[in-house]
Amino acid sequence: MAPCGRARLRVALRVPGAAAYLHHEHGGRGRVAYAASTEPIMSTSVVNEQIIEIVSDSGEGAQTAGQLFGTLAAKMGNGVWTVEIIPAEIEPPPRSKAGASGVRVRFGSRPMTNMGDEADLVVAFNEQVLYGRIDAGALRPGTVVLLDDKWAAHPEAAVRDAYRDGVEDLRARGYVVREVPMEAETLRLVDNARRGQNMWVVGLLCALYDRDLDVAKADVAGIFTRRRKGPEVIAQNHALLDAGYAWGREAFTERFRVPPMETRGDMVVMNGNAAVAMGAMAAGIELCAMYPITPATSASHYLGAAFHKAGGFVHQAEDEIAAVSFAIGASYAGKTAMTITSGPGMALKTEMIGLAVMTEVPLVIVDVQRGGPSTGLPTKVEQGDLLHALYAAPGDAPKVVMAASSIDECFHFMVTARSLAETFRTPVIVMTDANLATGQTAFPYPELDERWLSPPVDQTPWPAGVPPYAWDEATGLSPRPIPGQPGGMYVLTGLAHDERSRVAYEADINQRAAERRSRKLVALQESLRPPVVHGDDHGELLVVGWGSTRGAIEEAVDALRADGHRVSSIHLRFLSPLEPGLPEIFARFDRVMTVELNYSDPPDAPGSRRYAQLAWLLRAQTLVDVDCWSRIPGAPLPPGHIARALRERLSGTLPDTRRTARRGAR
Amino acid sequence: MMNDLARFWFDDAADAPRACTLEDYQGATPRWCPGCGDHAVLAALQRLCRDEQLPPEETVVVSGIGCSSRFPHYMKTYGFHGLHGRALPVAEGVRSRRPDLHLFVVTGDGDCCSIGAGHWIHAIRYNMRMVVMMFDNRIYGLTKMQTSPTTQAGYRSNTHPRGAWLEPIDPIQTTLGVTNVSFVAQTVDWNPVHVAATLTRAYHHPGLAFVRVLQRCPHYTGDVYEAAQRDPKRLLLLEHADGVPIDPAVAKLFPNRTAHDPHDLDAARRLAARDDEVLPVGLFYVNPAAQRYDAYTVEGLATPRNAKLAAVRGELDHYKV
Repeated sequence: MAPCGRARLRVALRVPGAAAYLHHEHGGRGRVAYAASTEPIMSTSVVNEQIIEIVSDSGEGAQTAGQLFGTLAAKMGNGVWTVEIIPAEIEPPPRSKAGASGVRVRFGSRPMTNMGDEADLVVAFNEQVLYGRIDAGALRPGTVVLLDDKWAAHPEAAVRDAYRDGVEDLRARGYVVREVPMEAETLRLVDNARRGQNMWVVGLLCALYDRDLDVAKADVAGIFTRRRKGPEVIAQNHALLDAGYAWGREAFTERFRVPPMETRGDMVVMNGNAAVAMGAMAAGIELCAMYPITPATSASHYLGAAFHKAGGFVHQAEDEIAAVSFAIGASYAGKTAMTITSGPGMALKTEMIGLAVMTEVPLVIVDVQRGGPSTGLPTKVEQGDLLHALYAAPGDAPKVVMAASSIDECFHFMVTARSLAETFRTPVIVMTDANLATGQTAFPYPELDERWLSPPVDQTPWPAGVPPYAWDEATGLSPRPIPGQPGGMYVLTGLAHDERSRVAYEADINQRAAERRSRKLVALQESLRPPVVHGDDHGELLVVGWGSTRGAIEEAVDALRADGHRVSSIHLRFLSPLEPGLPEIFARFDRVMTVELNYSDPPDAPGSRRYAQLAWLLRAQTLVDVDCWSRIPGAPLPPGHIARALRERLSGTLPDTRRTARRGAR
Repeated sequence: MMNDLARFWFDDAADAPRACTLEDYQGATPRWCPGCGDHAVLAALQRLCRDEQLPPEETVVVSGIGCSSRFPHYMKTYGFHGLHGRALPVAEGVRSRRPDLHLFVVTGDGDCCSIGAGHWIHAIRYNMRMVVMMFDNRIYGLTKMQTSPTTQAGYRSNTHPRGAWLEPIDPIQTTLGVTNVSFVAQTVDWNPVHVAATLTRAYHHPGLAFVRVLQRCPHYTGDVYEAAQRDPKRLLLLEHADGVPIDPAVAKLFPNRTAHDPHDLDAARRLAARDDEVLPVGLFYVNPAAQRYDAYTVEGLATPRNAKLAAVRGELDHYKV
């Protein structure tokens, strides 16, 4: 799908024109050397969005460069969404397809909600990492490739040949390849290009995209100050930015201006894990008990650096089970705590989460999903934990499950989660994923509220005669005694128990207690609003999503609607309880299907089709024949792929599952 | 009666600590088997609470799963009867932000030394203030006689009807081997005076006090401690001014006594490694100066709400564009 309203990028370079290039080789240093031989940029085009990638071998700084460029875009008022390109190892072999490390930055004149489709421009430090991105579907014919040319003069013939063959092949595939002397230019200023080429490249991109170099410099100063580097290092990096910028100004014949968004107040830019960490602090949570696991861990890094200022602490436990146990112990004693993990950690915490449900201990659990099962895809995104979060427990264990669909929701859902956990006396699972965790975007500066912070631990006397589980008949809600409260003494137990927390030896007590716990979800559901339909509230096809896919789904729906299709979408934030009103909304569409980042059988698969996880849930809950399209590429779903899948469903090239199911029903 | 009147009429008296009796700590009627060693330890802890006048609402007993882990139900304090093996991390969470509570942990040989063994090691290292009573009856009782990690080699159980194949783990040696260990004691359920004295000593220790209670299971391992129970010469009383304080009249009942300096870790380890039929009882090791993790976890506890809010705003400002 061609992204609507985005200009195709044609970057014409004067270099390597022989004169300029030779001049660099033999002439003096710095800007003066170019000034005599090249002209400044000749023309400026306005485009409303761009997708760029910077990729290198691990350790060459492409990630820092990409995040810097993304922050810069946000500071210049653009909508922005960044995606980390992460190899599985810390330092994979150099010049390898699987070793591509870097960042994609999508920025434009409107808020960005997803990573988009193919890139307009890719800066590659070598041609092999570029092949990794081609395999990932990140390029299209016409994508501009700025490639470091140093490999042409590499001492090893095999490397030189691979580079030459690569450039030829890349051109044959239709990419606009421009060879740029990145290392050579960087070496004019520093001895080791691995420490500097990334900054030179940011300078280059600032010239191409007409960025404010002073803003970039302020950011660079901030980055290196945080890394405890001195003024010499900052000055050197500023010089590299200047050099890259000057080279670009004179080498590019055109530049591109991406105007800022129209209205904006104060914004913050951060990734989803930072948002979870900041949200936890804003929610008054004082304790995060965790065990390191990708891709959840960085939230604890952000917390570890800041938590003590708000009086909190990170407990790095001996294992996942200890982490959740520690959190439950603190919550039981009056300090509602959180634990954060990913799928394998959820598996280990399952028994303890069941205990928290059974004993009605408030608890916030964040599940930053990655590919599974087993170790799966540790650094890559998937939405594979939904049914696990909902149902992984022996017996019936109703709990609240929410899913953030954007990075600002990663922040705000922490506040909601702590509040719900205490009000409903239950564990609340907040689901995010690797895409949200590592992607950066700008969102409005949250208006903090002192009421979000938890009140002091209640130590007033417990009213006489009130049992520790004084379940309300209708809602299942009950107040909770906290150690220290005179008269409230009770023994919390994971055994089936009655209102007084006494072990249930009679059969009907267990039935009654389970009903009361279940009713809490009904009470919460009644307080929720039905989801808002994106597009018309009736039509041919309704797409249902959850979690990080919202931006991409809505973009795909918009593209189809622009083509005249009667498609709409809804996006669910609450999975347990489900948001109300779904049967009524579903009834207004001919067909309903989910789009998810997890596994499902195709519609024409032999045997009993296994559905995507939300589809499974919706089918069970609504008795509507909900179809699904889901994939597990270990990457976010691009809007173009979703749009293609929706078109296929609409054109009927795949069997109509509703009719199939109806036949089966007869 | 006078007491109630005094409380009613005089504010000063109302604020004064009330006098708690044993009944104030007695919860549900214990459902342990007759003759089970757990009864004696329950009575000892209730006496400790009474003697120290611990407010029941400020006292928390955390347990795992097993016969002994039913313990909190029989106390009239706050209790947490959680999951198999997980008593220690739950108790750590309780302690982390509640330095004001009196915290006791009840765990068994299966709970502590098998399914919760990872937590055991780390709890010793964290050294957060709590009394850990490890009831060691050398068998899984609640699930009906399976080999436990402390079951002696050759002892027959339902999982090893021809006798346990492996040598048992030694909880005292293991605990003494952990970095930052701060208090290790051993007592026997059939000497209530010694149990009470040991728990009192443990309660006053500023750190994690690990107390192994050799505990009889009349159903499944009635023979295991029989010889030691019948013949006091099988016990070796550890004596030291800083050890478990024992009334001289009671000490006389132990024919075997030895002076042992509980500040000497090497001596404690040698004592624990003695390969004979004699069971040392008393304080193996104590180090009141060992580093405590709860000193770290209580930091910032008193942060006022406006300071918290300012801190969050300060952090958010780093991300402002």
